[in-house]
Amino acid sequence: MAHDTAHHESNTAKIWKVFILLSVITIVEVILGIIKPAFLIETTVISMKLLNWIFIILTVWKAYYITWAFMHMEGETKGLRRSVVWTGIFLICYLIFILLTEGDYVYEVFKAGHKSWDF
Amino acid sequence: METAVTKTGAEDKTWGGGNKPLKVSYGKMMMWFFILSDALTFSGFLAAYGFSRFKFIDSWPIADEVFNHFPFLHGVDAPMYYVALMTFILIFSSVTMVLAVDAGHQMKQKKVIWYMFLTIIGGLIFVGSQAWEWKNFIKGEYGAIETRGGQILQFVDADGHRVALKDVAVLDSHKEREQHERKNGLWFQKEGTLPTYTIGEIKTGFEKRSDLLIRTQILNEKGEKTVLSREESWRRLQADAIGIVEGANLQHNEYGTPLFANFFFFITGFHGFHVFSGVVINIIIFINVILGTYERRKNYEMVEKVGLYWHFVDLVWVFVFTFFYLV
Repeated sequence: MAHDTAHHESNTAKIWKVFILLSVITIVEVILGIIKPAFLIETTVISMKLLNWIFIILTVWKAYYITWAFMHMEGETKGLRRSVVWTGIFLICYLIFILLTEGDYVYEVFKAGHKSWDF
Repeated sequence: METAVTKTGAEDKTWGGGNKPLKVSYGKMMMWFFILSDALTFSGFLAAYGFSRFKFIDSWPIADEVFNHFPFLHGVDAPMYYVALMTFILIFSSVTMVLAVDAGHQMKQKKVIWYMFLTIIGGLIFVGSQAWEWKNFIKGEYGAIETRGGQILQFVDADGHRVALKDVAVLDSHKEREQHERKNGLWFQKEGTLPTYTIGEIKTGFEKRSDLLIRTQILNEKGEKTVLSREESWRRLQADAIGIVEGANLQHNEYGTPLFANFFFFITGFHGFHVFSGVVINIIIFINVILGTYERRKNYEMVEKVGLYWHFVDLVWVFVFTFFYLV
């Protein structure tokens, strides 16, 4: 069996710490989303607003904590961890890359094409 | 469960089933791979959303203007507060779930019951909040005009504040158009609900109020919607306007491109369905915990497995929150 019940000490303190961290990240996201600092919107990094990059990085950071601490991925074997996490990350990055590139292409066609789509 | 597996007598041999390289039970491993496949499904939806958004990058609706309701605060512009609250509720129910798993490891039945109860309550509040969010989205607030090309035109006053259709329209008491019902036709057919106002009423109203302007879907370089001049507004209204849109469904919505509402319904709906099924599964396990099933089994791994699913629902919401409401 996976768990030897006698040797499990409580992780309560760590759980609350992760909860506080996740809450703080969410609060930061919401505050940034409401005030929308001008310099973060005006700065563009790899054809996206810096603010959006910050949101995405904070989200991935949150996702990491949920998976590692709450879903206890850190305690699983390397094999399970990699087969789940790497498979997901690889396929998701691949799909996003393809679809966003295609979406941007379609946008250019709409904008530069002979036909008006807003008739 | 190991007791359910037929023993072959070769468990200690590498090729006899004795080798467990991942060191987890069958159920937990399968839950992980189910989560992986489900994560890919959600990624497919979110990537498709990204595709459509990139396609209409200069005319996508601004989330802050769409989702700005808060319970009991009517007419107050409260962008994102409610979704932020929903996010907290879901994260908190994830915390109580992980506390239940933790209590399960220590075989503390009472604590598991209490924490699972809190988790279920959190899940129900979340689903309820989502239903409320849908209600607001479907009902709409201001209404808009649809053009021949499927574009949305909205009304604003001189200060740039949105003006609702009901404040624009001058009601025509001699309206000829009536809702066609099953009972008054030659054939027993009916038509969809007619909009509250006609295009004519809106045009009359627009002509009367000289401070009104039209706002198009197109975003300017500041990321705000373009507001047309009075003459241009009047021209668009005369030349292109063909219909009234109030609220949202799968074909039309007053916020902008139809795809926006489609993805909203589809992605938050699919997520809401996951939360709902998560609550149902949690309730089943909750009852089992109360009955003492896992006390007798001397093992609370079942709580851990539903916990994995529940955390996954939270994980997906974190991404939906970012891509629908923040970015």
